[in-house]
Amino acid sequence: MKGQPIDRFSSELAADTRTAVIASASSTTEKRSHILNSDYPDPNRLRKLAAQIKQHTLDHLDTYLEQAVSKMRENGVKVHFASDGDAARETVLSILKEKGARKIVKSKSMASEEIHLNEFLEKNGLECLESDLGEFIVQLDGDVPSHIVRPIIHKNRREIANTFEREGLGEYNDDPEVITRRARAFFRSRYMESDAGITGGNFISAESGRVALVTNEGNARFSMAPNRLHIALIGIEKVIPRDRDFSVFLNLLARSATAQQLTVYTQFISGPRVDSQPSGPDEMHVVLMDNGRSDTLGSNCSEILRCIRCGACQNVCPVYRQASGHAYRATYGGPVGAVLSPLLAGDAFPQYSDLPRASSLCGACREVCPVDIPIPDLLVKLRAKGKVEGIPTPGSPSMGGFARGATSPGLWRAGLRAANVMNSLPASWIPAPALRSWLDQRTLPTWKGGEFRRWMKERRKA
Amino acid sequence: MESRQHTQVLFMATCLCDAFFADVAKAAVEVLEHAGCEVLFPEDQTCCGQPAFNSGDFANGRKVARHTAKVFGGDLPIVVPSGSCGAMMTHGNSIQFEGETDCDMMATLGGRTWEICDFLSNQLNINWEGSLQETRVTMHHSCHSRGSQTGASALALLGGIQGLEVQEVGQADQCCGFGGTFSVAFPNISAGMGELKLSEVEKQQPDYLVSADMSCLMHLSGLAEKSGGALPVRHVVQILRDSIVS
Ligand code: SF4
Repeated sequence: MKGQPIDRFSSELAADTRTAVIASASSTTEKRSHILNSDYPDPNRLRKLAAQIKQHTLDHLDTYLEQAVSKMRENGVKVHFASDGDAARETVLSILKEKGARKIVKSKSMASEEIHLNEFLEKNGLECLESDLGEFIVQLDGDVPSHIVRPIIHKNRREIANTFEREGLGEYNDDPEVITRRARAFFRSRYMESDAGITGGNFISAESGRVALVTNEGNARFSMAPNRLHIALIGIEKVIPRDRDFSVFLNLLARSATAQQLTVYTQFISGPRVDSQPSGPDEMHVVLMDNGRSDTLGSNCSEILRCIRCGACQNVCPVYRQASGHAYRATYGGPVGAVLSPLLAGDAFPQYSDLPRASSLCGACREVCPVDIPIPDLLVKLRAKGKVEGIPTPGSPSMGGFARGATSPGLWRAGLRAANVMNSLPASWIPAPALRSWLDQRTLPTWKGGEFRRWMKERRKA
Repeated sequence: MESRQHTQVLFMATCLCDAFFADVAKAAVEVLEHAGCEVLFPEDQTCCGQPAFNSGDFANGRKVARHTAKVFGGDLPIVVPSGSCGAMMTHGNSIQFEGETDCDMMATLGGRTWEICDFLSNQLNINWEGSLQETRVTMHHSCHSRGSQTGASALALLGGIQGLEVQEVGQADQCCGFGGTFSVAFPNISAGMGELKLSEVEKQQPDYLVSADMSCLMHLSGLAEKSGGALPVRHVVQILRDSIVS
């Protein structure tokens, strides 16, 4: 097949899906900018501060992790380390098995998406219900999320209504309120029947060992409240130094992700239930997952680990808007995915090395990123990594000839004059297939090579 | 106009103007001269090396950048009519020269490099005064001038022209879809992005679409023409030059 995978995906994307993605992404982008600018005199300073805090934490991650772990243990949390996806899955499974848990409710977690936890638990005979509405619909459809924050941005309500009807959740009705009400009724009973709750975690304070967890649907609370067992699966890069840093990140996260001042539910979890609490899990486990993060930290792209998964870069990204999230073929879509997927892939880097090239390097992502990640720089560095590793880049012209020409002024000047023949060539005669496909959609201006130089010479004589 | 100090500048024409847009390069020279500069044109210049850098081919990118550094030696300011080439000289080189022995030298080179609107406004402190027959233009800010003074400078300069009405293109944060080799390797996405931008421009029906980067304009007018339309485009310096009242 011709062309780059992501470009092909874009050309095959249904027009109304693209329209919906563009509409949702651009309206969130506008609201994001509005709320940040109306709430803060200089939101950029806040972004820079957040970037500094996160970078500082990453630069001393061993110290802060150690501190966080010992605090969590003091708080009665059982802490586990998982070096890769396999280890994380096995750890979660063995905790569940040990407790005899069979029915699990889960709240939204990108870390769990990363290691395909649901499929794994189901294969092992456990029931694992996604309780975030979007993730629930994705689960019912056997689909995968296409956006970090809005997993079903690629689906319209007619599709969702069909899914609900098919799954016996009531007859066809595409009113969002009805859909939500039905989902809620369904979830309520399931929460009460469940044996364990699995969540992610947005931040861990090294100072207190508190885990901050945000949702808009309250489903994380429901996943925990009626259960004896709570497992939080969290990437090792989620540590921040102090409790007071929560304020910086929570303020930025909600505004950047969904243009809210704060998510509807913000939980600070300091451990399992204590005697004075009427309900809540008796046991809390935190599985700290590496899964490629240490290697990323050691690479020249470590800044990407500052990411707080807000999805703002994805919303603003013109390439994502054209291609939609599934085009990125991995857990994370958009600019963050184009950087993170190839890095987390480890030896499978070549499989994702086309993603960093799928960008005009416009830099819109960096402008909106709440932790000021220099995404375009990282994309170029990953292109360089691909180049150094000799991974082929079909469709992109090779630069050897260009460099030879551009370092030989005589050759360059001759080329400028000679290429005037291009003006009389029909486009289809142009030998480079890459340029030909460019010209399928565009015309090239008239070649005027050498004209300016002649003019400049005449001028100097005069 | 204030500030008519005698300033010598090295002019970097850019490969795009060298090959396609001779009039833009001429206009840039005329505008600089009008602002009191003596414009020197190093004959051996070729390209800033951005195509190789963007492809991740840092080895070839550095070769071209070193050639450019040699051609533009000395300590005169280097002025370039492109935010994109300017960003390559200041920012791009800092990435591809990381850890190289000539890294500092390249940083000094970048420090001397100015995008032309930024140079006129913030180095020469020019308050442009010009006049045109009633003209309406739409300004497209190129992505590579994000975070720089180029956009504000261009608007300030154009704002000094009587008879000129300037609007900014809608969805300004969205890229036109050019991105150099990106548009070659990802033609569909690139064209889709361009069409969105064109639809924003159409809403305003300007006499010209104006930018401080010819690459965006080449891509957009090429797309418009292929689909049967015509999109008259001008570089900011062409508008400035045409507004000079002699
Ligand atoms: S890279 Fe930045 S903008 Fe993108 S999801 Fe992460 S924090 Fe948000």
